[in-house]
Amino acid sequence: MAALAELELVYSKARRDRRFQAELQEVLTQYAGRPTPLYHAKRLSARLGRGIRVYLKREDLLHTGAHKINNTLGQGLLAKRMGKPRLIAETGAGQHGVATATVAALMGLRCEIFMGETDIVRQRLNVVRMRLLGAKVTPVTSGSKTLKDACNEAIRDWVTNVRTTHYIIGSVVGPHPYPMIVRDFQSVIGVEARRQIRRETGRLPNAVVACVGGGSNAMGIFHPFFSDRSVRLIGVEAAGKGFPKGPHSATLVKGTVGVLHGTRSFLLQDKDGQVIEAHSVAAGLDYPGVGPEHAYYKQIHRAEYHAVTDKEALGGFQFLAETEGILPALEPSHAIAYLKKAAPRLKRGSVVVVCLSGRGDKDVELIAQELNGHGSTNSP
Amino acid sequence: MNRIDSLFARLRRENGKALIAYLTVGFPSLRALPGIVDLLVGEGVDLIELGIPFSDPLADGPTIQAASQWALRQGVTVGKVFEAVRGLRRRHRDLPIGLMTYYNPVNRFGVKDFCRACAREQVDGVIIPDLPPEEANEFIRAARPAGLDTIFLAAPTSPISRLRQIARSSRGFIYYVSLTGVTGARASLPGQMQADVRSIKRMTRLPVCVGFGISGPAQVRQVVRAADGVIIGSALLNAIGRSSKNSWKPVESFIRLLRAACHA
Repeated sequence: MAALAELELVYSKARRDRRFQAELQEVLTQYAGRPTPLYHAKRLSARLGRGIRVYLKREDLLHTGAHKINNTLGQGLLAKRMGKPRLIAETGAGQHGVATATVAALMGLRCEIFMGETDIVRQRLNVVRMRLLGAKVTPVTSGSKTLKDACNEAIRDWVTNVRTTHYIIGSVVGPHPYPMIVRDFQSVIGVEARRQIRRETGRLPNAVVACVGGGSNAMGIFHPFFSDRSVRLIGVEAAGKGFPKGPHSATLVKGTVGVLHGTRSFLLQDKDGQVIEAHSVAAGLDYPGVGPEHAYYKQIHRAEYHAVTDKEALGGFQFLAETEGILPALEPSHAIAYLKKAAPRLKRGSVVVVCLSGRGDKDVELIAQELNGHGSTNSP
Repeated sequence: MNRIDSLFARLRRENGKALIAYLTVGFPSLRALPGIVDLLVGEGVDLIELGIPFSDPLADGPTIQAASQWALRQGVTVGKVFEAVRGLRRRHRDLPIGLMTYYNPVNRFGVKDFCRACAREQVDGVIIPDLPPEEANEFIRAARPAGLDTIFLAAPTSPISRLRQIARSSRGFIYYVSLTGVTGARASLPGQMQADVRSIKRMTRLPVCVGFGISGPAQVRQVVRAADGVIIGSALLNAIGRSSKNSWKPVESFIRLLRAACHA
């Protein structure tokens, strides 16, 4: 609790501090590669038909390959302000781990990443990247051996080494002030996208679509559109092996209210309050909780949340690869898959912004296997 | 005056210290629980803290994590924990019994219903390590009329202002966490522990008991020099793990050593 109070205080000062903002701006542009393009996906749009125009917010083009770096750069600067020489983080897909290891190297801080054993196997490439960046990667063998358990272990490390360590949470989850801090650092996605789409089309989009695991890329792009009531905000969760039977990660669609990792939000849990193991083919969505602000958006009907299956997500991946020559990560493949599915119900001539939160390099091996396994006619 | 208050009132008169034993309900089995509790009470344990197993025990180290997963696989639920308490209460009318649980199972059960069930089964106190007093209004409001002690945790990193709030919100005793970190037997305790306990005791009339990391008699002696009681968890579960079905000898000899250290 004391560390959270300290973080809140340091952040509230940094937020108003011109020097901090300038420093952050500098690394975001010169180091990470902001602003990212808003790309008009014409061939994909044409395939959807009915005059629908799809714009991709290209977070996949950022340094390290995903939106996660927006947050780790910000929190890395906060850690330096607090004088903490060591960074720790949990990671699922490994993108947040890589982004944290990168920032640690950049800022001369020590770094340890907690990652579930299952994820270490399926996102091997990112494990190699983290180690090359000088981070220690610690396998987590408890529970489901995925993101939730990596969070547990990171929290246990943090309470042990709290005096010297800053815990960079990778999503809009965890105890206050984390959901607020991560949202603020990720809001750069939506701020840019909103400016870019207006410049490009002269108007606001009809809809903004993003995948939701913990929900950081979605909250980052949704938040600046919050007051634009005409803009539909659509979050896409992982239905995993499909409802009602298969395991999934669709917390907002299927969960109930609970408390995990210091957050009161929707949660996948049984009738006794035990947390149920989540599942998604996308390691970054494989989490039984979700950011509390998404729960709020759902409750006030500001955003709507849907889910697509592992199989549909693979279809989304192929669709974008074939039409645009972009290999998305499995996580935003869920957003693409939803768009493909929902297009017939969209208004004619709709303008849709999709957050392409990360690139698919980390997933190609797994996808190749999965597509062969499913007997696709179009296997790579 | 409930059983926890009576216990500490008696210890104060006798200049004694409380030996508190933590057990994860369902480890090694629900059936074994009454026998283990009988043994512990027979060896002079003053208060039993029963842990409700949880899927994500954030404040616990490897021993209690493993015991919790084991217990959940045995099918232990909140309802079964209450049944177990009922059984124990029949055998030990005056034994102070506390429950240790994470917040989510309580939230799911319903905070009010949970406190009522505690009162019905004559539980004396509840410890929720992931519920700070700042967030505990609902729980405190439900616990007070149920006569349930709300026992909050103080850490070595807690500033004075939070210690005051923890003292204000706590009943029964204050649970001082000996170290920064999770539960689990450690070779030694931080040097600041005694000074911290004494400064908390200057702030409140509540007893202060120390847990986390206690592994043997040397640490018990170190703790009771400053505190009113000591809580033994992981090291006890390890001793239970070393025992066989027919003999709790390792538990018996371990707890005897601690009891002696407590009196020293």
